[in-house]
Amino acid sequence: MKQEEFPMLKEDYIYLDNGATTLKPQCVIDKIKEYYETYSANAHRGDYDLSYKVNQEYEGAREEIRKFIHAKEKEEVIFTSGTTESLNMIATGFFEKIIEPNDEILITKSEHASNVLPWFRLQNKCGAVVKYIPLDENHYVTLEEVKRAVTPQTKIIALAGITNVIGDERPIKEITKFAHEHNIFVVMDGAQSVPHRKTDVQDLDIDFLAFSGHKMCGPTGIGVLYGKRPLLEELDPINLGGGMNESFDNPNEIYYKELPHRLEAGTPNIAGAIGLGEAVRFLESIGMENIETYEKNLRKYAIDKFLSIPHVDLLNLEADGGILAFNIDGIFSQDVAYYLNKYKICVRAGNHCAKILKSEVGVTNSLRVSLYFYNTESDIDALVELLKDKGKIEKEML
Amino acid sequence: MDEELRRELIMVHYKEPEHKYRTDDPNYQKVNTRNASCIDNLDIYVKIKDHKIEDICFDGEACAISTSSTSIMIHNLIGKTIEEAKNFIENFENMLEEKEYDEEILKEANAYNEIYKQGNRKHCAYLPYEGIKKVLNEIEES
Ligand SMILES: Cc1ncc(COP(=O)(O)O)c(C=O)c1O
Repeated sequence: MKQEEFPMLKEDYIYLDNGATTLKPQCVIDKIKEYYETYSANAHRGDYDLSYKVNQEYEGAREEIRKFIHAKEKEEVIFTSGTTESLNMIATGFFEKIIEPNDEILITKSEHASNVLPWFRLQNKCGAVVKYIPLDENHYVTLEEVKRAVTPQTKIIALAGITNVIGDERPIKEITKFAHEHNIFVVMDGAQSVPHRKTDVQDLDIDFLAFSGHKMCGPTGIGVLYGKRPLLEELDPINLGGGMNESFDNPNEIYYKELPHRLEAGTPNIAGAIGLGEAVRFLESIGMENIETYEKNLRKYAIDKFLSIPHVDLLNLEADGGILAFNIDGIFSQDVAYYLNKYKICVRAGNHCAKILKSEVGVTNSLRVSLYFYNTESDIDALVELLKDKGKIEKEML
Repeated sequence: MDEELRRELIMVHYKEPEHKYRTDDPNYQKVNTRNASCIDNLDIYVKIKDHKIEDICFDGEACAISTSSTSIMIHNLIGKTIEEAKNFIENFENMLEEKEYDEEILKEANAYNEIYKQGNRKHCAYLPYEGIKKVLNEIEES
């Protein structure tokens, strides 16, 4: 869908690394360009028309994103640099204050480093304990396993909505319902789910959500931290400075601004935020349900073709996201990626920032194809054609 | 070195790398070397006696270029004095950096004489050298 909107697709690349980042449509590029060319002033300082316009656009983007994730209030949408920063703000700014020794934090072995290391830090600093929810044979999280893993000490459950290696989708709504009955907070890493699914934070009832603009057709360096308002009110800003203070005279008399500005110190990534607002508008114009359906069908098409190649070891036959994780029998994943690169096909090789997953899947490295709505059946055909002939891979991989 | 020979050398040393095993022998110094931008991850074990490299072996997971390059390096460094080894490494570095180097010295390692054209694989070829340099430098310091 919408291939014609993406300038990068005119370069005859076949881009299959959308889990890492996505391509940008012309409208997002134009929106950013327009900011830099026609109203390039600072935000929050409406002393002249240009600056007023910046404010309108910046806050307009926030509202666009509020609608997109179905948050109750616009003040619950905080601009950050991305998922990683958002998760760190949640762990450090909110949980560090309230976590106590021996409190338990539940994650899984398929989380991305950004949803592991901030929690490890809480363990090392505050004596909390990070524990793993066991995964089932398809590497899925089930509500039953969550129930079994929860103890009276459990304080936080932090999970990706969809994981970046396996592409499994978690039953976040059910988990959250159970968690809240036991006074447990739920943090959702939405990096791989928000770009591909309708997200309704009120329906899911999650406490915090983190996601990145660049994985959903938006610019790099911009992302979102969502939190329920009463929780965000308690989240300490990590950065202090301009834009977030009301007034100050001395160290004892500092007054911060209200949300969302209290958590956005310094000149923000204005172009990024405005660009992300446009990306969200673009996605909405296609429809998130349509995107989800299209990707599921395309994945199914790809799986059927992959299963017909005997030397392809598919690691995630079952998955909900548009991700195929696999290896070519007897060939190191990176060598396959280099081979495909010769044909301008971009796929990822490696451990995909999920370094503790290897103990779970028993495979250290793999290839990953991650789809988005602008990928096509002919992209898959080209890939499959190149993977079919193992002799050719071995011959051309150097 | 012509294309065909280059390919063959790399493939032979990739498919059947020399000295690919780990050791617990305390006479070996172990060094880990990995590629930050990708996933190659090798442990190299070096045994040095009387200023001479008596043995090297390695283990780990790496791509065809890294694995073959390690095997070829080991094949060439065993038996060399530390000085000779350093000279070999320096020539290899010069080759990757497109500077002047002595082809005679590098022998099979000339198989990587065009790797500089593939920027993203240059580091794969260099990986084992990075590791061995660490060991040699540590020895000099002590
Ligand atoms: C599941 C998941 N979480 C977090 C991140 C980190 O996102 P970012 O690098 O944009 O902060 C990623 C990105 O790869 C991801 O896939």
